[in-house]
Amino acid sequence: MLRIRDGRLIDPASGRDGVADLWINGSHIAAIGRAPRGAGKVQEISAQGLVVCPGFVDPGSHLREPGYEHKATIASETRAAAAGGFTTVCCTPDTSPVLDNASVIEHITQRAVVAGAAQVVCLGALTVGLNGEVLAEMHALKAAGCVGVTNLGRAVTDTAVLKHALAYAASAELTVFLHPEDYWLARQGNMHEGAVSTRLGIPGIPAAAEVIAVHRDLTLLAEAGVRAHFCRLSAGDSIKPIADARRRGLPVTADVGIGNLCFTAEDVGSFDANHHVRPPLRDSRDRAALRRGVKQGNLDIIGAYHEPHDADAKAAPFGLTEPGVSSYETFLPALLHLIDEGAFDLPTAIAAASQAPHRLLGQPGGTLEIGAPADLCAFDPAARWSVTPASLKSAGKNTPYLGQTLTGRVRFTIVGGRVVHQL
Amino acid sequence: MTTPDIQLDAHGRLRHFLAIEGLPRALLIQILDQAERFAPVGDRAVKKVPLLRGKTVANLFFEPSTRTRTTFDLAAKRLSADVLNLNIEASSTKKGESLADTLRNLEAMQCDMFVVRHQVSGAADYIARQVAPHISVINGGDGSHEHPTQAMLDAFTIRRLKKRFDRLRVAIVGDVAHSRVARSNIQALRTLGVPDLRVVGPKTLIPPGIEAMGVTVHDDLDAGICGVDVVIMLRLQQERMQSALLPSAHEYFREYGLTAARLKGAAADAIVMHPGPINRGVEIDSEVADGTQSVILQQVTYGIAVRMAVMSMAMGTQAQTGAL
Repeated sequence: MLRIRDGRLIDPASGRDGVADLWINGSHIAAIGRAPRGAGKVQEISAQGLVVCPGFVDPGSHLREPGYEHKATIASETRAAAAGGFTTVCCTPDTSPVLDNASVIEHITQRAVVAGAAQVVCLGALTVGLNGEVLAEMHALKAAGCVGVTNLGRAVTDTAVLKHALAYAASAELTVFLHPEDYWLARQGNMHEGAVSTRLGIPGIPAAAEVIAVHRDLTLLAEAGVRAHFCRLSAGDSIKPIADARRRGLPVTADVGIGNLCFTAEDVGSFDANHHVRPPLRDSRDRAALRRGVKQGNLDIIGAYHEPHDADAKAAPFGLTEPGVSSYETFLPALLHLIDEGAFDLPTAIAAASQAPHRLLGQPGGTLEIGAPADLCAFDPAARWSVTPASLKSAGKNTPYLGQTLTGRVRFTIVGGRVVHQL
Repeated sequence: MTTPDIQLDAHGRLRHFLAIEGLPRALLIQILDQAERFAPVGDRAVKKVPLLRGKTVANLFFEPSTRTRTTFDLAAKRLSADVLNLNIEASSTKKGESLADTLRNLEAMQCDMFVVRHQVSGAADYIARQVAPHISVINGGDGSHEHPTQAMLDAFTIRRLKKRFDRLRVAIVGDVAHSRVARSNIQALRTLGVPDLRVVGPKTLIPPGIEAMGVTVHDDLDAGICGVDVVIMLRLQQERMQSALLPSAHEYFREYGLTAARLKGAAADAIVMHPGPINRGVEIDSEVADGTQSVILQQVTYGIAVRMAVMSMAMGTQAQTGAL
């Protein structure tokens, strides 16, 4: 029996927000408040001054293994995830070989178990090799444990292939994770098309590239009757069509990456490659709309979209660098900063980081209710810490926060009743 | 803001010359004044001053260039520097060497200055952040971002012929979207106080949000050059037709090509500039390019003095007085 003492428990699922003890028996939450009957031998962790909440879930983590171990490994990144308060992460299929068959899934799952930190679930490829031409064996992927399928940002340019892929995913009862982006409008771009790209002379990606793809995908998925999730929305104009579709009864959800809530194209400033991301950071109007989207519940989930890179991947002029930010460990301070700025409140943030993605993945958890899996984290909302290469557990040091002092730090993380991270 | 932090040292002196954006007006004036002092050097029998004697300048050209590389080469030699010309496109990068490794090797050869041209925006900025502290980086053009020495030689040409900037009307005509010359000229002429700065071209070649840089936008050539004192024509690349930005060179010339008849709409004493190389019959008619209002070849000549000024200032060895 594990007793977490005196923490402020915040559980959006039950509406709970107050100081209480939380009791864990084995891998599940056994009681809140007073000790459960027959507690037996009790281990204690103090959570005094800490917020205890259900663990975060990243809907799209690039774990880089197999194939890109020079960037990161499942071991390094699941430890980094735990340090950031994540208890479950979705491994993206852009591994090498691509996660389009069961054997790769077995490999990843096994490595994650050996690492013993955050849990890893897999997103399978929608098409073989993510090439947008041939459908992946979705029934086999589902049987092997995939929680969904996706083609990531590799746009399926052939609309007929996408139509068929969505219909096939529907019969395999798999959720499709869509990264809406019109290939032709986006293919030469490296950042948001607007005043900043014009000033820097960097080829732009217009917001229309995303909005057009959202409309196209909504039309196709309504016809296919598939459950779909829109990932990493960056344009304010993408939100309404999805919200409208939802009101019409379509089984659609959507998320936003933490970076797009915090930054805009202005932050690219003087070619800062750590702000080179796909989809790109857009303008302040888009950012305000995305924040509103979370507050109003039209964007269900806030994702980390963790993309660790080796140093060489960012050691080049902006347009030649690889996009992505290593973001597990700065996720919580970024959320707290958004709350500070009045974007939304803490329970909304926790629901978007934990409860909603658990629901999307069809996984138990995302709540502190009795009987739920003991997947949770405890953080000090006032702790200040410096982001340095050494202070990050992730092998990817590619973050725009490098050298900054942030507020908010995860003190411990528990997965399946086991403490997997403690500071 | 782009790079003001790394271009200047703690005393506000030039360390690197990467972009016009962020540089104060006084510094641009100082460059123009320095260039005035260097201009007579080219007319002398011995076209050399010893300001960079013993220094090694490496011209790193990652994309082809004749004019810019040659004038940088001449400028460095007239300052008595030793010059290394490296056509990197054809060497290291094709063998898979990374940009960072190429730079390390050149540093090991104890160069003092890199003049860089690269096809990707931000390349000069990146290189300046990588090199050892004693090395100065001069941007010879990075992607569609900036070509600051071109802007300074254009400003020099304008000042020589029009004397002052604060009453000028200037039109930049053509492929603004892909032009580093346009961006640097906009930054320079705004900083120098030009009150009426226009960009002219079809909507496909005018980038979104350019008004934020302090220009007005015209898609009609006659309206755009109406009454202007300076017309800066931009080169049109053939690729623009292939990427569906324009139907044909023929139609482009009909709508945006500068002819003697259309130039009549500008001020009577308007000057016509072009960064070169010119496409006769595409953006400019030969009658205008070779006409009395054209200052295109003077631009080339002044380019040497302006580059001498920038190079010597960045190396901290500028000429102190008129005596050279």
